[in-house]
Amino acid sequence: MIPAEFEYHKATSIQDAINQLGAHEDSKLLAGGHSLLPMMKLRFAEPPTLIDINGIEELRGIRLEGDTICIGAMTTENELIESEILQQHCPLLVEAARLVADPQVRNRGTIGGDVVHGDPGNDHPAVMLALDATLVLQGPGGERQQPANGFFLGTYWNDLQEHEILVELRVPVIRQGVGHGYSKLKRKTGDYAVAGSPVVVELDGDVCRDIRIALTNVAPMAIRAEAAENVLRGKVIDDALIEQAAAEVIAACDPAEDLRGDIQYKSHMAAEMARRSIRAALQQARG
Amino acid sequence: MAKQHVSFNLNGKHVDALVEPRELLVHTIRETLSLTGTHIGCESSHCGACTVDLDGKSVKSCTVLAVQADGAELKTVEGLADADGLHAVQQAFIEEHGLQCGFCTPGMLIRAYRFLQENPNPTEEEIRWGMSGNLCRCTGYQNIVKAVQTAAQTLQQA
Ligand SMILES: Cc1cc2nc3c(=O)[nH]c(=O)nc-3n(C[C@H](O)[C@H](O)[C@H](O)COP(=O)(O)OP(=O)(O)OC[C@H]3O[C@@H](n4cnc5c(N)ncnc54)[C@H](O)[C@@H]3O)c2cc1C
Ligand code: FES
Ligand code: FES
Repeated sequence: MIPAEFEYHKATSIQDAINQLGAHEDSKLLAGGHSLLPMMKLRFAEPPTLIDINGIEELRGIRLEGDTICIGAMTTENELIESEILQQHCPLLVEAARLVADPQVRNRGTIGGDVVHGDPGNDHPAVMLALDATLVLQGPGGERQQPANGFFLGTYWNDLQEHEILVELRVPVIRQGVGHGYSKLKRKTGDYAVAGSPVVVELDGDVCRDIRIALTNVAPMAIRAEAAENVLRGKVIDDALIEQAAAEVIAACDPAEDLRGDIQYKSHMAAEMARRSIRAALQQARG
Repeated sequence: MAKQHVSFNLNGKHVDALVEPRELLVHTIRETLSLTGTHIGCESSHCGACTVDLDGKSVKSCTVLAVQADGAELKTVEGLADADGLHAVQQAFIEEHGLQCGFCTPGMLIRAYRFLQENPNPTEEEIRWGMSGNLCRCTGYQNIVKAVQTAAQTLQQA
């Protein structure tokens, strides 16, 4: 399986990549290549030009700026796992990256590629929703900041504009009283999720001040289970409330039936992943 | 499409090749450079038979373009043994019967070689996690895990 013919260019800077996207019609950026190249081999994608952004140093690395962690779009999954900043300040991202694919794929696959690719099975979009992340995008018109909430519009469909490139992801550091939870059900190591659920909860004493429950692979794109969040927000969360929220998670699911399961099974598994993540997040928030 | 010139270091030797942009690294290694130790199993980034060491990291060479290896340091299974004989991971796979048909073995060996540098003294669970990008249809993995454990011991004693 070999992709159709294409021209190959290396971009040397973010601006160079944007210029090249403009100069070559229907061109595509090549990041880790672990979603794009498989699609090109299967001829689901036949871009006439690839612009390789692997050599752009400004797109790599993780840094702390006050209460915000800035993650370059070309940071690989293994770099997320190994990052001391993330281990200390954003355990959710480390846990999620550990459950993406396998060691070889994690050496190439990037967080930016995962966020913008648009496969509902990608894990990072839901993680970005749960963390209330901000996407930094740069295009011919300059830079803009876009909340993750609102970016994901459908399968292979998001708010990335023409000739725009995702530069950086910004996530808040975990604070006292905040807890992260992550659960992903997969058939085997290296598989995409049957269902996954990252959860971030913020406690005020015993009361849930805010909660974000996101879901992977149970809708055309990553979603927040807002009705489930509404059940829990402002309350002291107990088992009965978690069951009510789980019912709302099931109602929010709209999965495609495939080899990973039918609609009912996937929706119920999403609810179970959410239950586990809520409990784990609460435990972490209570310290 | 015009071919592009790439050069890289492969198993300690400088090599030059002319490649089409769409050419996958595994094809350059096997067909142009005639090193057929690196296998093609699934062609879809799942099985790990095509694993090579690229700039000190394990990658699946069916999902990297040859043009992307320009200037890189590459190691394939052929680069493991040296004048003193087989590498410790190769010896351990023989001793522990870490292979049956042998199809997955080159990928297992070059991955184990890198994994044991990332984690020289792994637990069994860490071995299973670290080797999880390599599939084997024959052994049931038990002896592969044992082989990696044995290689870890040998390398630590050396
Ligand atoms: C065996 C296997 C298992 C996998 N399992 C999982 C899994 O469990 N969970 C999961 O989430 N993913 C999984 N993946 C997908 C993998 O992690 C991909 O790496 C990821 O989806 C895409 O990231 P990439 O860097 O490889 O992007 P690429 O494949 O290079 O690009 C994907 C798309 O994003 C665009 N793009 C990339 N970077 C940018 C940018 N900075 N700005 C604008 N556009 C950009 C590209 O043009 C392309 O359209 C798996 C892949 C394989 C092969
Ligand atoms: S042939 Fe490359 S992963 Fe299977
Ligand atoms: S020994 Fe046959 S596939 Fe592993």
